[in-house]
Amino acid sequence: MTAMRNIKLAGLVAGVLGLSMTGAMARDLTVVSWGGNYQDAQRKIYFKPFSDLSKKPVLDESWDGGIGVLQAKVKAGAPNWDAVQVEAEELAIGCADGLFEKLDWAKLGGKDKFIDSAVSECGVGAIVWSTLLSYDSEKLKTAPTSWADFWDTTKFPGKRGLRRGPKYALEFALMADGVPAKEVYKVLRAPGGVDRAFKKLDAIKGDILFWESGAQPLQLLKSGQVVMTSAYNGRISAINKTEGTKFKTVWPGSIYAIDSWTILKGSPNKDQAMDFIAFASLPENQSKLPQDIAYGLPSKAAAAAVPADLAADLPTAPQNFEGAIAIDVDFWNDNIEELTKRFNAWLGK
Amino acid sequence: MIRQRLNACLLVAPLVVFLGLFFIWPLWAMLVTSVQGGTVRETFPQTAIALADWDGAGEPPAAAGDAIVADLRLEVPTERFGDSVRTLNSQYPGFRTLLPRTARAVREAPAGEKVDLAGIDPRWTDRALWLVMKRAMPAYTDANLLAALDLRRDDAGAIAAVPPEMAVNRATMTRTFVISAQVTLLCIAIGLPFAMITASLTGWKRNLLLVAVLLPLWTSLLVRTASWMILLQDNGLINQALLGLGIIDRPLALIYNRAGVLIAMTHVLLPFMVLPIYASLLAIPKNLLPAAAALGARPWQSFLHVLLPLAMPGLLAGSLLVFMVALGYYITPALTGGAGDQMISSVIAFYAIGTANWGMAGALGLFLLIPTTALYLVYGRLSKPAGAA
Amino acid sequence: MAAPRRAAVRPKADRMQSFIHFESVSKNFGAAKVVDELDFHVGKEEFVSLLGPSGSGKTTLLMMLAGFERPSSGAIHLDGRRIEHLPPYKREMGVVFQNYALFPHMTIAENVAFPLKMRGVGAAERESRTLKALELVQLAHLRERKPSQLSGGQQQRIALSRALVYEPKVVLMDEPLSALDKQLREHMQLEIRELHRKLGLTVIFVTHDQSEALTMSDRIAVLNHGKIEQFDTPTGLYDRPRTRFVAEFIGETNLLPGTVESSRDGEKTIRMADGTGLTCRDASDFSPGASVMVSVRPEMMHVAGAAGENRIEATLDDCVYHGDHVRLHMHRGDIRLVAKAHRRDAQAAMGGAVGVSFRSDECTLVAP
Repeated sequence: MTAMRNIKLAGLVAGVLGLSMTGAMARDLTVVSWGGNYQDAQRKIYFKPFSDLSKKPVLDESWDGGIGVLQAKVKAGAPNWDAVQVEAEELAIGCADGLFEKLDWAKLGGKDKFIDSAVSECGVGAIVWSTLLSYDSEKLKTAPTSWADFWDTTKFPGKRGLRRGPKYALEFALMADGVPAKEVYKVLRAPGGVDRAFKKLDAIKGDILFWESGAQPLQLLKSGQVVMTSAYNGRISAINKTEGTKFKTVWPGSIYAIDSWTILKGSPNKDQAMDFIAFASLPENQSKLPQDIAYGLPSKAAAAAVPADLAADLPTAPQNFEGAIAIDVDFWNDNIEELTKRFNAWLGK
Repeated sequence: MIRQRLNACLLVAPLVVFLGLFFIWPLWAMLVTSVQGGTVRETFPQTAIALADWDGAGEPPAAAGDAIVADLRLEVPTERFGDSVRTLNSQYPGFRTLLPRTARAVREAPAGEKVDLAGIDPRWTDRALWLVMKRAMPAYTDANLLAALDLRRDDAGAIAAVPPEMAVNRATMTRTFVISAQVTLLCIAIGLPFAMITASLTGWKRNLLLVAVLLPLWTSLLVRTASWMILLQDNGLINQALLGLGIIDRPLALIYNRAGVLIAMTHVLLPFMVLPIYASLLAIPKNLLPAAAALGARPWQSFLHVLLPLAMPGLLAGSLLVFMVALGYYITPALTGGAGDQMISSVIAFYAIGTANWGMAGALGLFLLIPTTALYLVYGRLSKPAGAA
Repeated sequence: MAAPRRAAVRPKADRMQSFIHFESVSKNFGAAKVVDELDFHVGKEEFVSLLGPSGSGKTTLLMMLAGFERPSSGAIHLDGRRIEHLPPYKREMGVVFQNYALFPHMTIAENVAFPLKMRGVGAAERESRTLKALELVQLAHLRERKPSQLSGGQQQRIALSRALVYEPKVVLMDEPLSALDKQLREHMQLEIRELHRKLGLTVIFVTHDQSEALTMSDRIAVLNHGKIEQFDTPTGLYDRPRTRFVAEFIGETNLLPGTVESSRDGEKTIRMADGTGLTCRDASDFSPGASVMVSVRPEMMHVAGAAGENRIEATLDDCVYHGDHVRLHMHRGDIRLVAKAHRRDAQAAMGGAVGVSFRSDECTLVAP
């Protein structure tokens, strides 16, 4: 209401200021992704070739997620981002709240060209990525094989790394407590499930170093500050490639999620953004990605075209997929605020 | 005459516009946002009427169910619907999935036909859910302000504490002030001697020290944090040196705990302390300290009775700057701190960026602003006599 | 230049105990020798001025006495005790600085009480002694003010009061009056002199103003290039300068170059280059054949009639009226001469040529 009006007014003011600075020039297509070596790879195989093809410049920016960022931009009117890669939770909320344009699936070649979980009204999957247990095989002689091992501080003495926040921490705690991966969200939804997870977290609270950004677990592993940590799978294979480390991952009990391409509502470059997303979803383009970073591909044809040695590292490889579960977007969208509050209270205790 | 006055007004106009645009209006918006009831009563107008007379204690009125079905059949803008969902979900986790699911079911049902809400989702039978709906209807609410202080309205509408496992904001707020105060004290302990030494030097030595203290402001947060990791971690330089010298026999925990937070924050905030003190030291006439010594003051007496009082304006200004800037820190503590070192700004950022809950973000911001403003007023009083001297 | 009036009450240095003793004190800053092998005594209750141009070493001397500089070599004794190694706060000296150095954050009373507080004097005693010290300079009514609310003269008196409040053995003053205007300066000179007498203080007073030094001091040390040129009473310095530097630095003088022809019983005969013979009776001990300057103060140079002792013919260049006297500017060859004369004597000089003379006991011989 007034809040919304305020945000709109802010947008108007920002718009007026922006206008006076840049003139009324049309903005170039702006693509937003997650930065780091992932975006470097994207720049090479998507942004630049698309720019060459369309003979128009493509600007790329990076962000750290957050539905609030997208909401503020859309409510201000005329957002300065066009195509944005979002996490599954943001896709669901943003789509329900009207923050995204509807995609033109005809341009994408039809919904059946993609795995089911990558298809939505507002977004098309860009990558499949996993959060999983990882360790430095050069330092750890006995390999941990499950989250139960992560919790076993006698067998594996030392600190462990976990992402700061309830998401993933609660799921992993339940798995360590003996809940089968496929039933984790059922237990979390049931009365007492969340309590059980926190109780399990209590058991090793003093041994956990909480990390905040995706680069941190790598530093923690490399310096030997932790013996094992949760981490993003793409980062692990990338650092092994660039720095020659021997980090290993434990696929059973990993949680995968899909990041999707979306177009912000009211984007002035809507059509061009759609063309870009279609370009980035073409199997021949998408299949180049695993050469640089080990993320799974939502395009079925693209996934099939990945060489076998690379495919083995991807979350979508059958043997990796076997014991993994998908993040429960609905559960987290319902409960993230409440559980973050509780998680922070638990942290501070 | 009038022309002159008009010109004068035109001259200050940019300042007034600037202050209004970037200072007063955002503050006002934050205040308003934190107490606004949101869009729920616009999205559910008939439900609002149906729940108006319910006392909240007994079963929700039967009419409420029909009213919500009728409201869900209305065409409302998606954005407004989303805002309502957000408001409700913040008070009762589950509305985020419940409302779209119910809306879909209602719209698929033939018009005019009675819809069984409990059949769509059993949560509709929960009295607490209806209470949240009822309380979300007024145009203004204290829900965010209460929640920011770990309080809530109980079923009877009285103010009560939230369950202990959910109480986090007051502790985080207190922690934020404690950490900021600790950082301020550390900055004084290091900054005052540093400024004294700097002011006593001349030429390149003075410049070198000034550059050294300003350096952290010019380096990126990530580079700084990475450097601290190299220095402070268990097998970092400091621990290796201490172990090598045989001073300690097991590594000191210097990072991923409060020590790490204090070290990293003091490092980056030091210039805000050193520069004001340095400036006030330079303003002290050169002959006062010799005069004090000649009049019989030992070095520590000269420091206590002459140097410190005269450096006090700088010390106060520096302390205020450091404290206030420290209050807003959250990335540095998150990267170098441990489990119990979260600061309030990270909670504010979570609500604003993570869940777009501007009301909660505004309420927390307000409670951060009130003590800060009070502190500033105290500072104004403290620094006045010194200014008059 | 009037001779100081208090010749009768002036203590005789040679009869007094040595209270402060500088014993072959030198101070170097790098290669520069600022104070060069100084040796002198100051008696108790004596008022001694250190006079000299800037860079002569007088402030360094004072700083060594106060304890802010340590001598490169030599010893400083105070009341029989070596003090050159003591820090300033252990020397028990009152110091008055050039720009007063009052503490801006303290009231006047707090400023004056400061030395007492540093010495742990109790609150009640502190208050009464502070009041007494403020009454000494007649500023007790300003005790609640801050220094910034006082005039320059008032601040100076507060600084003085603060230096005196703990009854130090010695009071050091570093050009304390240089920031005041002429009238106030003269008033303060008398006031300081008065306090010195009343309280029996030993004062070391640094100044570059020779008239200030002459007015106030018992004795004056004239410093030049880190050495004492002459350490003497004001009359001694004025009437019997021992070096050309002193003769020129203290007051005004006429210098007549010549060669000593003979010397008997203190009476010397000097022959100038043009053959004019002069007679001078003074304490100097130049031997015959030495080149010298005969120094004659302008007021001792009389416009003479046809006859007179040490008569010199000169050409009058100008006659400047000064109210109570006239100044005659003359030259003889390339020697410039000045005489201070009565108006009626000036009448006689009109017409270009003028004869001047001086008494043989009113001149001094100095090295050229």
